[in-house]
Amino acid sequence: MTGSIAAIGMGLAAIGAGIGVGSIGGKAMEAIARQPEALGDIRANMILTAALVEGAALIAIIMAFLVK
Amino acid sequence: MKELRSLVAIFYLIPALVLVAGFPVSMAAQEHSTTSQETSHTMGEGTHADSTAAGHEGEMHGDTSHEAHACHFHGDVEETEYDATSTAFHHISDANVYSIGSFNFPLPCILYAKGHGWDVFSSGKFNFDFFGHGEGRSAYNGYVLDAGAVKRIQDASFPSGSVALEGFVHEHKMVDGENKEISYACYQGQHYLLESQSTADGGLFGGGITSFYDFSLTKNVVTMLLIAMLLAFAFFSIAKAYKTRDSMAPKGLQSFIEPIFLFIQDEVAKPFLGPKWEKFLPLLLSLFFFILGLNLFGQIPFLGGSNVTGNLGFTAVLALITFIVVTINGNKHYWSHIVWMPGVPAIIKILILTPVEILGMFIKPFTLMLRLFANITAGHIVVMAFVGLIFMFGKLGESLAGGVVGAVVSIPLTIFIMAIELLVAFIQAYVFTLLTASYIGAATEEHHHAEKH
Repeated sequence: MTGSIAAIGMGLAAIGAGIGVGSIGGKAMEAIARQPEALGDIRANMILTAALVEGAALIAIIMAFLVK
Repeated sequence: MKELRSLVAIFYLIPALVLVAGFPVSMAAQEHSTTSQETSHTMGEGTHADSTAAGHEGEMHGDTSHEAHACHFHGDVEETEYDATSTAFHHISDANVYSIGSFNFPLPCILYAKGHGWDVFSSGKFNFDFFGHGEGRSAYNGYVLDAGAVKRIQDASFPSGSVALEGFVHEHKMVDGENKEISYACYQGQHYLLESQSTADGGLFGGGITSFYDFSLTKNVVTMLLIAMLLAFAFFSIAKAYKTRDSMAPKGLQSFIEPIFLFIQDEVAKPFLGPKWEKFLPLLLSLFFFILGLNLFGQIPFLGGSNVTGNLGFTAVLALITFIVVTINGNKHYWSHIVWMPGVPAIIKILILTPVEILGMFIKPFTLMLRLFANITAGHIVVMAFVGLIFMFGKLGESLAGGVVGAVVSIPLTIFIMAIELLVAFIQAYVFTLLTASYIGAATEEHHHAEKH
């Protein structure tokens, strides 16, 4: 067994971000199905929110690199 | 025409951004106060025995234990194993050399040490290798280039001028419970202690505080200047086009920039900033285009691969600008919500709300800084990891078939990741601008807006 516990933290953060981005994407799909004419707005907001959630995971990854 | 005026205002901000951002990236060193390095030791061969145990602490380089005490240049040692981590970190870090493909362009080094004075010379004096960002084979005026950074030999007995070195020694030691790398330069059989790199991230990643200041024009600073000049050129020509081609359809570069410009104005500035959007539009646009330009430039392979927006010092300054703008423009209503939130019992305000709100003031720009840094750095590391698959499979040229398999696996993955990174470059510039707009908007909105929440 080599490596550090930081890698586990990184994985946990990835799980969290995965759930977050998945739910954002799913809800956006539902919204688009309901109101196809609002596609542009929904897509822009979806990407923005996904980027914010992804940022949390990336911060965790950087922390994992640094803490190691 | 009003839009035109704010477009021109970008040019005043971009050089300011470069100036403000450029210096902390290459300097940010403080007078060193620790006594441990005050007396520069000339390390003899005898003291090596007790540091052997410490040498094993270095898990990052598994083979340090037998290599640690031999003076050598990294370039002279035949590598037996591909070290993905150090290769990736080497590629995302700053350098004193600008490499385009296999051509290395030396950059000016501007150094200052108290009692020693200014030193201005080309980094070519370090006599670096073909893939030269790593090490210099010569010392110049007591400065050496080691592991991609300018370091200083504090020992006064070290000769000044150009001196040929015999190699470097890196050791891992436990200092205050932290695993630290200590470097020595070898000259005439003696080991001279090297001070750490003098940069903002040098300090953050365990470099520590040094006795010299490094104002060198590094790769990142040069890239920043280049992008600022490109943007200035592009925007001046566009601004001129609006004058000469008034009420005509946009043409060329103008038609590329105009939708982006209008997007930032209509989707970011107006909804978030309310009636004051015009005042902050130049700031938002210069942030957006500067970050976007640097993000995209960093994605171009073989062209330096500079990672400016993936540099913590750079993003810290951008976030600092946001913080200063928000703090200066915050109105009475904003401050009352931070310090003394109306309509909440006093005990809760003192115990929870005010401390949390004051912390939040600093956490907002902090996350702004980390988000941009982490996204861009992670993108560069992932690309390096996929390219590294070729060398891993091919065992550094030992096995040709493995290299071919690695290339077949790695090239589509790399192209895929770089396509995503192109998207991320736009999204992160947009997110940074949008969050800046929302923080400024929250600080400047009038009272009647706030009663909704």
